[in-house]
Amino acid sequence: MPVILATDLIVFFLAGAIVYFAFSVRGEGIAARAWAGIRSNRLALVCMAVLAVYFTIALLDSIRYRDPVLDEGGRHAVTGKGEYIYNPQALSLLDRVLSEMRTDTEKSYSAPFARYLFTKESVELPGGETVRDYPALKHPGAHWLGTDKVGTDVLFTAIKGVRTAIVIGAGTTLIMVPFAIFFGVVAGFYGGLIDDIVQYIYTTLASIPGVLLIVAFMLLFGTSGYQGGLVSQSQISLSFFVFNERLFWLALILGITSWTDLCRLIRGESLKLRELEYVQASRAFGVSKPGIIARHIVPNVMHLVLITFVLQFSGLVLAEAILSYIGIGVGPQMGSWGNMINTARLELSRDPIVWWNLFAAFVFMFALVLPANIVGDAVRDALDPRLRTGKGWH
Amino acid sequence: MLSYIIRRILYAIPIIIGVNVLTALLFFYVNKPDDMARKILGEKNVTPAAIENWKRDHGYNLPSFVNTEEEGVKKLTETIFFQKSVPLLWFDFGRSDRNNIDIGEEIKTRMWPSLAISLPMFAAGLVISLFLAMMLAYYRATYIDIWGVVLAVVLMSVSTLFYIIGGQYILGKLLRLFPISGYDTGLHAAKFLVLPVIIGIIASIGVGVRFYRTVFLEEINKDHIRTARAKGLTEGMVLFKHALKNAMIPVLTNVVVSIPFLFYGSLIMETFFAIPGLGNFTIDAIQSQDFAIVRSMVYLGSILYIIGLILTDISYTLVDPRVRFE
Repeated sequence: MPVILATDLIVFFLAGAIVYFAFSVRGEGIAARAWAGIRSNRLALVCMAVLAVYFTIALLDSIRYRDPVLDEGGRHAVTGKGEYIYNPQALSLLDRVLSEMRTDTEKSYSAPFARYLFTKESVELPGGETVRDYPALKHPGAHWLGTDKVGTDVLFTAIKGVRTAIVIGAGTTLIMVPFAIFFGVVAGFYGGLIDDIVQYIYTTLASIPGVLLIVAFMLLFGTSGYQGGLVSQSQISLSFFVFNERLFWLALILGITSWTDLCRLIRGESLKLRELEYVQASRAFGVSKPGIIARHIVPNVMHLVLITFVLQFSGLVLAEAILSYIGIGVGPQMGSWGNMINTARLELSRDPIVWWNLFAAFVFMFALVLPANIVGDAVRDALDPRLRTGKGWH
Repeated sequence: MLSYIIRRILYAIPIIIGVNVLTALLFFYVNKPDDMARKILGEKNVTPAAIENWKRDHGYNLPSFVNTEEEGVKKLTETIFFQKSVPLLWFDFGRSDRNNIDIGEEIKTRMWPSLAISLPMFAAGLVISLFLAMMLAYYRATYIDIWGVVLAVVLMSVSTLFYIIGGQYILGKLLRLFPISGYDTGLHAAKFLVLPVIIGIIASIGVGVRFYRTVFLEEINKDHIRTARAKGLTEGMVLFKHALKNAMIPVLTNVVVSIPFLFYGSLIMETFFAIPGLGNFTIDAIQSQDFAIVRSMVYLGSILYIIGLILTDISYTLVDPRVRFE
């Protein structure tokens, strides 16, 4: 039985967009120019490969289905009406691939590659005597990054954070792009009162401190939806779709706080395009205004969209960690590097310290954000090297 | 000039009203006062009478936007929106929902610790970033420049959280150079401020250096710089006198807009280092779901941002003679 979360749709849409771009690199559009910029830069090419690995993990973690419950005889358990009963846990393909890592838990903390638990316990010797010693692990040497307080594999937790990061980094921009294009183009092309209204809206939104807007929004909407972990029956509509999802709300509100920059850029660009000769010519030929917008303006602002998309990505991934750290990001059940950092903070004050949780979050985040920054720069240099986009998310 | 400033300020008024209405919608309409009362009083043993009492004490017992029971102007004034939003226009923030403290007073006392940490962080960070950026621009297209940029990208790819946690652990706990967190009054505060300031500078330096480097490079490639070089000026003279002056214009936009925000403090820095500033105040309010405080801080932040924009425009007209007042 498939289960589709609202944010899964974002990942699927992103996959579609990537396939579309992959097919259009041979043409002459912005995809081809962006690709030329990346291809000529060996470092950016390597970084692109790293991003591809991350995205594959996110995609695998977004295809999920629930298994039917089997009764004692090994047949499908059924309800009174003869319908199958399904397990409330919707496991993704990733969970199934890494099922050993997911299920091989320990009692508590253990260091990377350890064969014994990190803390001493009362161990019963064969002779019946008990001593305080480090008990042997159930799965010695199996946990490459150790285990956390409740014995879950840290590497698995970190991998589960990949999807959250990709959804926030890419999904946020995807959600806001249609609005930014629409308002930006309309304001720049029509000018006058429409321009004034759009400018008023985005200046007002931009002047509200982003973090606090997110806080207010998440306190109101974020607490009711699916928080990660088990899917309860009441959250599923149409028997497979989960719309009310905390991660989706987070992406949406981050989009609301970050669309203003792109909208301003697009408005400026359409203002400039409107006066260009070929646009004037098509106007003289009697092409309608919506026709001109669709044919000449929108295709010519798409490079700004692509640049913003890649440049905002890393900032949003970093922002997610901070928001989850404050406690208004993703739910505690959701795999997230921000949540890992949050728990790791207390672990550093233990003696001896538990460092692997923080280390795992650091490595996974750094290995995503650094390539994203480098690819972003390459794409920007290829499409519009003079574009300056502020200091990013604050 | 004066008429220009006045016009810019008048232009800000509709934006301030817009912010006010938007936050009122978010906090009073979507989030009903009944829910707020229930959250504050505790979910379990709460009676309708207790909710009514709480709402009356905190002024939430009125209708949201239009009071149909009153006559004339009172239809609009005897509402939550009017009672809670309009006083914000003259910075009367009212009292908090949970502890009934005077928010305005609290902001006045707490903004100084915020300023004590954010001002040195900002000023030192700016000077260091500008200096390093200029050095990279001077050695452009050499290995110093290339590796400098790589280092900047690496620095900006690390989350601030790691800088803070790592800095506290290494400098504070292992090397015992500074106290890990805390605050004190007067000059005694200095020893608590060194660590957050150092960490803040390291965390922001990557973004800053890269940004200012592109600004300088753009300026260096212009015609008047080539002329200055052609007439035989030294590279240092060219860079400091001719390039720096013009590069200051884009730098200014970036700098001036954030100056009013220095009062606002930093949310995570202040919580990590236990500095009793406005950022800490806000985080506490978020965690105790005190909407009156959160809303005041939203409003204050918007005002500071708008002041920053106005200051930016004014400073533009001062440094760039091409910008006219009209």
